[in-house]
Amino acid sequence: MTEPGSVFVGAVLIIPAVSAALLAVLPDNRATARLNVLAAFLTFIAATVLFVERPSPGRYLIVDDLNVVFIVLSTFVGFTTSVFSGSYIAHELETGRLTPTYLRFYHAMYQTLMFGMNLALLSNNVGLMWVAIELATLTTVLMVGIYRTPAALEAAWKYFLLGSVGIALALFGTILVYLAAHSVVGEGLDAMAWNVLVQRSPEFDPALLNLAFLFLLLGYGTKVGLVPLHAWLPDAHAEGPTPISAVLSGLLLNVALFAVLRFKSVMSANPGAFAPGPLMVSLGLLSVIFASFMLYRRHDIKRMFGYSSIEHMGIITFAFGMGGPLANFAGLLHMTLHSLTKSAIFFCVGHIAQVKGTQHMPDIRGLTVSHPVLGWGLVFGVAAIAGLPPMGIFMTEFLIVTTTFARYPVLAVVLGLGLLVGFGALLLRLNGLAFGDPRGSGEAARASFVPVLAHFALVLAAGIWLPPALTAWFQHVAGLLR
Amino acid sequence: MDRLALDVAHLFAGGLVLVSFMLLYQDRMTGLVNNFALHALVVSLSVAWQAYIQHAPHLYITAAIALVVKAIVIPLALHRIIVQLGIHRTIEAVVGIGQTMLAGIGLVALSVMVMLPITAKAGTLTQQDLAFALSVLLLGLLMMISRRNAVSQVIGFMSIENGLILAATGAKGMPLVVEISVAFSILIALIVIGVFLFRIRERFDTVDIHALHEYRGERP
Repeated sequence: MTEPGSVFVGAVLIIPAVSAALLAVLPDNRATARLNVLAAFLTFIAATVLFVERPSPGRYLIVDDLNVVFIVLSTFVGFTTSVFSGSYIAHELETGRLTPTYLRFYHAMYQTLMFGMNLALLSNNVGLMWVAIELATLTTVLMVGIYRTPAALEAAWKYFLLGSVGIALALFGTILVYLAAHSVVGEGLDAMAWNVLVQRSPEFDPALLNLAFLFLLLGYGTKVGLVPLHAWLPDAHAEGPTPISAVLSGLLLNVALFAVLRFKSVMSANPGAFAPGPLMVSLGLLSVIFASFMLYRRHDIKRMFGYSSIEHMGIITFAFGMGGPLANFAGLLHMTLHSLTKSAIFFCVGHIAQVKGTQHMPDIRGLTVSHPVLGWGLVFGVAAIAGLPPMGIFMTEFLIVTTTFARYPVLAVVLGLGLLVGFGALLLRLNGLAFGDPRGSGEAARASFVPVLAHFALVLAAGIWLPPALTAWFQHVAGLLR
Repeated sequence: MDRLALDVAHLFAGGLVLVSFMLLYQDRMTGLVNNFALHALVVSLSVAWQAYIQHAPHLYITAAIALVVKAIVIPLALHRIIVQLGIHRTIEAVVGIGQTMLAGIGLVALSVMVMLPITAKAGTLTQQDLAFALSVLLLGLLMMISRRNAVSQVIGFMSIENGLILAATGAKGMPLVVEISVAFSILIALIVIGVFLFRIRERFDTVDIHALHEYRGERP
C-alpha cells in the first residue's frame, strides 16, 4: 500500500468515516454543517484524483474505469448536497422540526451514508459490497424516519422491511456466486473478488450463475426501485428530509444499479449462462410505463419526483439491458445527468416546501412570480428531466430510443410511449406549480442557489457541447461494459 | 466425508426448516418468540457442527453469536417489548393457518426442486444445506407477508437471516467477511428495530402495521 493512488482510495473512505465520528460528538450546530461540507468537498477532491492516480487492484478494494465514473459523480453530488443541506437544515432548526440532538445524528448519518456508498463502489469483494450497501440502506432508513411523524415512520418502516428483504435476497445471490466461483478459483477471498470473477467467469457453472443473478437482480433491484419492487421509494422520498431525497435519487439508486451491472458483466462473460439483458429490459420497461402513468395522480410534490426517479431508473436499466456500446453509452450518460438534474430539482423543491410550508401541490401556485429564482429553477429542472431539448437528458433519451428502434422497433414504441406519458404528466404539474396567481406564503427564501445552478449548468452544457475528452471516456467505459 | 457427520448436519438443517414451519402457525406472541429462540438455537448448533466437520474454527464465532444474541438476548428483549406493548395475547394471521402451511409445503418443494439439480456438483453437504436454506428463506418471506404485526414481521425477517447463515456456512470456505457481516447486520437491525418499535408505540399506541396506512401523503 505504498502507491500514491492507494492514499487517495483510503482518503475517499477515511474522510467520511472520521467526520461521521466527529460530527456525532461535536455540539456546535453551525460548525458541524460547515464541517459536513468540508468533509464532502475533501472526499470529492480525493475521488477526482483517482482519475489519474490509480492503485493496482487490492484484495478488498479496486479502482477501475467503471467505478471511477460512479465514485466521482457520487462524491460530487454528495458535496453539493451537503452545501444545500446546510441552508435546509438551518431552516429546519429555526422552525423546530429538528432539534440540535437530531441534527448531530443527521450529520453523522450523512457522512456514514457517504462512507457506505463509497465503500460499495470501491469494493473488490462481493461480500464487502453487500455489507456496504446494507450500511447505506440502514443509515437512510434512520434518516427517512427522522421527523417521527406518522407518515415518516410509515415510510421508514416500509423502506426498512422491503430494503431488508431485498438485501437478504441479494446475500443469497452473493453466496451462490461464491459457490459457482469456489470450485474453479478455489476457496478464500479470490472467489469473491470482482476482477477474478469476471476473468474466470467462463469456467463457472452456468446453472448456479443463472439462479444467483435472479436473486441478485431482485435483491439489488429492490434498492434500484424497479417496479414491482418499488413500493418503498415514493414514501421514502416524500417523508425524509429533502437532502436525503436528493442523495437517495441521485446516488443510492445508482449504487444499487452499479451492483447489478457488475454482476451482469460476470454473467455475460459466461457463454452458458442466460443473457441477463432481456430480464433487465423487461423490468426497466415495466418501471417506465408504470411510473409515467403514476405521475398523473400525484398530489405531493416530493412523491411525484420519487415516481419520476423510478421512471428514470427504468430507462437506465433498460438501456444497460439492451447492451452494446451505444446503448451503454447512453445509459451511463443518462444516469449521470439524471443524478445531477434530479438532485438539483430536490434542492429547489426543498426550499419551495420550506417557504410554502407544504408539499401539497394544489397549495403551491405561481412560483415564478413569488420566487423567481426557485420557480424558474424548477421550470428548468422539470423541463430537463422531462427530456426537452437542448438539455442533456433529451440527447440521451433520443439515443436510447433510436438505438432501440434499430434493433427492436416494438420495444422502442413502448418506451417512447412511456416517455411521452411521463413528459405530459410532468409538464401538466409544472404548469400549475410555476405559473398563475401565486398562492401560499410569499416570503423570500433564504436558499443557497449555488448547488442548483452548478448542477443545471452542467446539465445544459452536456446537452449543448459535451467535451470530446469526456465523450471518449464515456465511450471507453461503455465499451467495457458487457 | 463420513456418513455420520453428514447425517448430523442434515438433521440440524432439516430441523431448522421444521422450526420455520412451527413459526408459521404460532398464534400467540409469547409462543412465537420462544419458537424463534429455538430457531436460533438450531441454527447455532448447525453452524457449530459445520465448524467441526469443516475444520473451520472461525465458524464457532458465528455459532456463538447466533446463540448469545439471537437465541438469548433478542428473545428476552422481545418478551419485554411485547409485555410493554400489551400484545402478549394473540396475533391474527392474514390467511388461515391451513392455507399458510400448504403454501409453505409448496415453497419447500419448490426450493428442493430448484436447488438440488443446480448444486449437484457442489457436494452433498452444500447441496442439502442450500436447499434447506432456500426453504427457510422462503418460509420467512411467507411469514412476513402473512402477518400484520410489526413484531412478527421482525421475527420473520430474523428467521430469513438464520436461513442465510445456514447457506453461508454451507458454502465451504466462504471468507469470514460474510459471517461477520451477517452478525453485524443483525446487531444493527436490532437497534433499528428497537428504535422503530419504540417510536411506533410512542406515536400510535399500536404495533399493528395496518394502523400505519391511515396517511400516505396522498390526500386529494
